[in-house]
Amino acid sequence: MHLLRSDSGADGLGFTVPVSTQIPVTQTAPSMDHLDQLEAQSIYIFREAFARLKKIALLWSLGKDSNVMIWLARKAFFSRVPFPALHVDTGKKFPEMYRFRDHYGKEWELDLRVEPCPPIDAVDPTLPPAARSAARKTEGLKMALAKYGFDGLIAGIRRDEEATRAKERVFSPRGLEGNWDVRDQPPEFWDHFNASPPQGAHLRIHPILHWTEADIWAYTKRENIPIIPLYLAKDGKRYRSLGDQDITNPVASTASNIDEILIELEQTKVPERAGRALDHETEDAFERLRVAGYL
Amino acid sequence: MNMIVTPAPPATPNGTTRPQVRIVIVGHVDHGKSTLVGRLLHETGSLPDGKLEMLKAVSARRGMPFEWSFLLDALQTERDQGITIDTTQIRFRTNSRDIVLIDAPGHAEFLRNMITGASQADGAVLIIDALEGVRDQTRRHGYLLHLLGVKQVAIVVNKMDRVDFSAERFEEISDEISAHLNGLGVKPTAVIPISARDGDGVADRTDRIGWYKGPTVVEALDALEPARPLEALALRLPVQAIYKFDDRRIVAGRIESGSLIAGDEIVIMPAGKIAKIKSVESWPVTPVAGRQGAGRSVGITLDRELFIERGDIISHVSAAPRETRRLRARIFWLHDKPLAKGDQLLVRCGPKESRATVVAIEKAVDPGELSSVENKAIGRNHVGEIDISLSNPIATDPYTENPRTGRLVIEVSGRIAGGGLVLSVDAGQRAVPVDIVPVESALRPDERSARYRHNGAVVWLTGLPASGKSTLAKALERRLFSNGGSPVLLDGDTLRAGLNSDLGFSAADRSENIRRLAEVATHLARNGHIAIVAAVSPAREDRAIARRIADAAFREIHVATPAEVCEDRDPKGHYKKARAGALASFTGIGNDYEQPEAAELVIDTSTRTVAEAADEIEQMLKTTGVLFDEVVDLAANI
Repeated sequence: MHLLRSDSGADGLGFTVPVSTQIPVTQTAPSMDHLDQLEAQSIYIFREAFARLKKIALLWSLGKDSNVMIWLARKAFFSRVPFPALHVDTGKKFPEMYRFRDHYGKEWELDLRVEPCPPIDAVDPTLPPAARSAARKTEGLKMALAKYGFDGLIAGIRRDEEATRAKERVFSPRGLEGNWDVRDQPPEFWDHFNASPPQGAHLRIHPILHWTEADIWAYTKRENIPIIPLYLAKDGKRYRSLGDQDITNPVASTASNIDEILIELEQTKVPERAGRALDHETEDAFERLRVAGYL
Repeated sequence: MNMIVTPAPPATPNGTTRPQVRIVIVGHVDHGKSTLVGRLLHETGSLPDGKLEMLKAVSARRGMPFEWSFLLDALQTERDQGITIDTTQIRFRTNSRDIVLIDAPGHAEFLRNMITGASQADGAVLIIDALEGVRDQTRRHGYLLHLLGVKQVAIVVNKMDRVDFSAERFEEISDEISAHLNGLGVKPTAVIPISARDGDGVADRTDRIGWYKGPTVVEALDALEPARPLEALALRLPVQAIYKFDDRRIVAGRIESGSLIAGDEIVIMPAGKIAKIKSVESWPVTPVAGRQGAGRSVGITLDRELFIERGDIISHVSAAPRETRRLRARIFWLHDKPLAKGDQLLVRCGPKESRATVVAIEKAVDPGELSSVENKAIGRNHVGEIDISLSNPIATDPYTENPRTGRLVIEVSGRIAGGGLVLSVDAGQRAVPVDIVPVESALRPDERSARYRHNGAVVWLTGLPASGKSTLAKALERRLFSNGGSPVLLDGDTLRAGLNSDLGFSAADRSENIRRLAEVATHLARNGHIAIVAAVSPAREDRAIARRIADAAFREIHVATPAEVCEDRDPKGHYKKARAGALASFTGIGNDYEQPEAAELVIDTSTRTVAEAADEIEQMLKTTGVLFDEVVDLAANI
């Protein structure tokens, strides 16, 4: 009782400034850069999803974001993704995208499941044309969910893409109809996630929610992750975001490699999804889609 | 919102040359958060081309005057309601920082969203309306920032145009909020007068606030420091999973603090099993050489097959976390149904989960209210301290020792309902499991008093090392025993050799040491003995807890021998070692002994003999009703 550590700075509530047992570190670990931090966080999320849910799948849209996602999953699980990669196929993607899927699905040893979408007539006719087309994908997703009974779907959306996505949680509960209740989202903090969906409902898990478009490209370059060539400029145009052929437009660009894309992103003020028709038809079209279960 | 700025100085997109800082803007509803954000985006040149014009056009179409806050209200629903309902993230740049701005709603109903946003922040801006002043949500948000561990807080007094840019009004608010935050241990980094609508104080010190000499909002943001990984602390690797995808058995998790390298000897808590790290696995290249630091998600293999499960904590043998089934936490509560004593919960500490029971609730208050009325249960959006008993042992650290592992969340029906900081483990004087029924003694107190000729008591001797506590305690023990009494000596060091051998010398451990001493002493006193405790017990608050436990039986004696005399005596050689720097934490040569303010007796052993001092104690015990006088009627003391 005689050897007492002198008091650390106690505050008014009896809290003290952290003091801890310091162990001598003879050699310090290499410091983490921004991409290292993003990667570590995403891996943590992947492992939480795999540990806490029963049956999960990764939504592979073939785009730059979901390719980074697969790469991160392979890092999290030491080479092979231990759950299915689901491609909900509208049948209207670019030929380059299908080629990419067939090649890398094999090379990356993915448990690939390609699921079709219903015909356009089955979709809410009050939506504007492009949104209605995109809503097919939501219906296809619901059909795949019913078929396999997944309780968690991993999706590569990012907060910086679009304002409604900025409101997402990392673990985002969906209703029994696959719908998103933006007004009643549970709190989520300190990397503790709400991972108990009600019976019959599912969760969306967003491992790259905290990444930006520039982060995705910088990481793709650093890790040498393959991409679809449509992202690189040809004849003064390139795709910043890839969707269905009939509702996705290229943007004016001369960026023919990733370095040039990064420079372009430094300077542009044009939003990433400017080429995605469905975002711009009416003020609330995108939010209506997301509430209904779109990504 | 995708908002990317023309680069001011050359910058790399992955932020290697520019630190990224995440900030949150909080405060009472309608005090101008969204307006400030809109204005900040404009002042830092962060708006996409045409966005401002587009929104001005939308305003005109709706017949409303343009508001800066429209920039944020990208959701139709928000515009309809006129309030920001959720956390959005927007990026912009100051001179030397990439700022990720997390907007958080001020409406009390959306506190869970404010917490979700603020928990990710490195720094915060707390906004206050100059006209309305500090309101309940201002105080509540200030409190939560503190509880969430956000240390860098800048205060912005907005709408200065509405008070004619009055320096007096600014000072008034500045003093009030600074006092509130200081009480929470938070020191504001700046207090800034602004008009977010007109731009004063946001990026420019305009003439209208010519009396203000401090930083602008943009300058204050530029001075924020990004979070640093906790590499200097002891290793904590909470296990997320064990993978056996191939012939490797990989233990996966994220290093929350400290660092590790292949070859390290580690201990797996709470089981306490020891192993060596064989390799650090990775992909596509494996294994990886070199040290792995805090923040990394890693996978390791061990040199032997041990049973490990999700939630275990891997640490170095020399600095392991403590295993416990009982802890005290300060929490915020977000569930509709108030948290009450006896409630069954699920507690998560990192990947570890355990069923738990609330065994005590203290200091349950609404942090928004000025007068802190204590409640029995913790209501929605309120805070409090709870003792919880866990059905599975967990390994954890007090928050003061490790801010990453020393925090927890509480789930109700599969949904996060609250969270907070681990204040201490195994603590809480009233942490009695609800299913324990103490067995009463077969003897009545008066039977014992009649035999010993005294009532039970706790005689607590406090004072500097070498002040003479143990000498006096032994003299008193001999004297009472000679008179037919039943004294029991409880020496702090002796108890540390057994009952308290699991405790170290952190503030929390010291408190726990004192609590146990007090509990044991009180048990003896209730059974008619006089427990004589000799312990430095330097913290006034700890002694107050001891007094609360022993209640009316407590007699405090301050052995107030002058410090120079104590150091001169130095029977154990501790002062000498401490002066030589060999004892890092020693009460005596610093100012860390808090003198008693109302001891029953004060004795300076440098001016009297041991026998004289024992006389004084005996006299005090007589006058305070512990010892019976020869002539006293026993019945009067029962």
